[in-house]
Amino acid sequence: MSKAHTIFLLKTVIHLLSAGLLANLYYQAIVDQLGADPVEAVLHFTGIGAFNLLLLSLTVSPLVKCFKWQILMKVRRLLGLYSFTYALCHVLSFLAFEVQFNWTLFIDEVIERPYITVGMSAFVILFALAVTSISRLKKQLGRHWQLLHNWVYLALLLIALHFYWSVKSEVIEPSIYVLICLVLLWLRKKKLTRRFTRRVH
Amino acid sequence: MTKNIGQPASWQLAENQVTDEAVYHSRRTLLKKLGFIGAGTLLSTNTQAIDWFSSKKPQVFNTSPLTFKAADTSKQTLTPESKVTSHNNFYEFGTGKSDPVKNAQSFNVDPWKLSITGLVEQPITLDYDDLFKRFTLEERIYRLRCVEAWSMVIPWIGFPLADILKQAKPLSKAKYVAFETLYDPKQMPGQNSRRIGGGIDYPYVEGLRLDEATHPLTLMSVGLYGKTLPAQNGAPIRLVVPWKYGFKSIKSIVSIKLVDKMPPTTWNILAPHEYGFYANVNPEVDHPRWSQASERRITTGGLFARNRIDTLPFNGYAEQVAHLYKNMDLTKYF
Repeated sequence: MSKAHTIFLLKTVIHLLSAGLLANLYYQAIVDQLGADPVEAVLHFTGIGAFNLLLLSLTVSPLVKCFKWQILMKVRRLLGLYSFTYALCHVLSFLAFEVQFNWTLFIDEVIERPYITVGMSAFVILFALAVTSISRLKKQLGRHWQLLHNWVYLALLLIALHFYWSVKSEVIEPSIYVLICLVLLWLRKKKLTRRFTRRVH
Repeated sequence: MTKNIGQPASWQLAENQVTDEAVYHSRRTLLKKLGFIGAGTLLSTNTQAIDWFSSKKPQVFNTSPLTFKAADTSKQTLTPESKVTSHNNFYEFGTGKSDPVKNAQSFNVDPWKLSITGLVEQPITLDYDDLFKRFTLEERIYRLRCVEAWSMVIPWIGFPLADILKQAKPLSKAKYVAFETLYDPKQMPGQNSRRIGGGIDYPYVEGLRLDEATHPLTLMSVGLYGKTLPAQNGAPIRLVVPWKYGFKSIKSIVSIKLVDKMPPTTWNILAPHEYGFYANVNPEVDHPRWSQASERRITTGGLFARNRIDTLPFNGYAEQVAHLYKNMDLTKYF
C-alpha cells in the first residue's frame, strides 16, 4: 500500500468513528433512546470524547519519535480538530439542552463555577488552536504558530482538572486521566523545560 | 380511619400547579425500550464488560403487584416508569446512572430484616412480608429533586414512617432517627470495590430529626408504579422525603435507630461543605459547584424537551414543612 493510501485509510477511519459516533449520539438523544436523561448522556459523551481525542492527538508525536511512524503526523491535525468539534458540541449542548438558552444562567455558571470556568478556558484555547490550524494561517504565523500551539499543554491540564472537579465522589476515573496527562507531559519534559528556561533568560 | 395525614389535597394541588407549568413539551408518552448506546458504552469501563463476558445466565429482579389506596394520577405528568427504573443513583451498584439497573438484577431481598431499635419502648423487627402487610399501603405522587439539579415525578407506594415509629414508641430522649442501608459486598459490587462504589465508605447512612421523621409526608416506600420496588430503586424498602434532596431518601434499609444526637450521614461525611445534614431543597442556596435555582424535569421527550423549570423552596412542599425550620438560618443549616 502506498503512503497516500495509508493516510487516506487512516483518515477515513478517524472520520467514520468520530463523526459516526457523534451523529449516532445525537440521533439517539433526539428520539429519546439514550437513557432516561439524554442531556446528561450527551454532555458526558462529548466531554469525555473531546478529552480522548485530544489525548490521542498528543500521543502521535511520542509514537513518531519512538517507532518512527512518520505517517501518523499526517492525521494529527484531524484528531485535534475532532477533539475541538467534540468540545464545541459539549459547550453548545450545555447551552442548548442543559441550561436551555437561559443566557443569564449560562454566563453565571461559567463565571461562578470554578470547574466550568476552567473547562471554558480550555475550550477558548482549543478554539484558538482550531482556527489557526488552517494551513494559510499557519504559514502567516511563522514561528509564533508553535508558540501558540504549545498552549495545548495548558488546555490539557485544564481539561483534566475540569473532569476531576466535575465528579461527585468517583475520582478514580479522572485520576487515571490525570496520570495519562502527566505521562504525556513527562515525555515532553525536555521541550517543556527548554521553553521554560528560554523564557527566564 | 383517622390518619392525621392531614390534607392530601393541599400538596396535590401544589403538584398540579407545578406540573402545569412544566407541560410545555411533548405529551406523547412513547415508552420505548432504552438504548444504552453512547456515553455508557465508552464511559463505563467496568461492569458492563463483566456482564458481557459472564457465563452466568442473566437474572431478572422480579417485582409483584401491590394492593394499595390509589392516588389521582390523571392531572400530573409522571416520569415514565422506564425512566424511573433506569436512571438511578445507587452507588452500591455502580456510579453511572444506568449501572444500578444492570448490576442489581440478582439482588436478593427475600428474606429481609428491618430493625427499629435505639431509644424506643418497643423495638421492632420486620421481615420481608411485614413490609407489605403490617401497614396500610397508599400511593403518593411526589416530586423527587436530585441534588444534581434534575427531578422526576414518581408514584410511590408505601406508608408513613410515622406509622412504624408510633408502634416503636420513641422515648423522650430520642431526638433523631438514623437509617442504614444493607451492607453486603457479595451482593453489592460497589461495596466491594472503591472504583465501582465511588469511594464511599459503606454502609450508606442517613438521618432525620425526629419531627421530620414523623411528618406525614415522610414515606417508607415499598413500591412504585403499582408494584414492589425494583432492586435499583431501593428494594425492598426505602425512605422518601420529598422536600429534601434525593440522597436523603436512603435505599434498601435494614436499620432504623432512634438516637439522641445528630447521626452521621454519608454525603455529609464525604463533602461537608457541599452536602449538609438537612439537605432541604432550596433554590436560594447553591451547591458550591452548580446552581440550585432551577432543575430539569425528566419526563418524556428527548434532547429537545424544554424541561428546565424553577426549583421551589422545599421542593414545593413549603406549606407543609416550612414550619419545621422556622427561626433556622437555612444558609447555615443547608
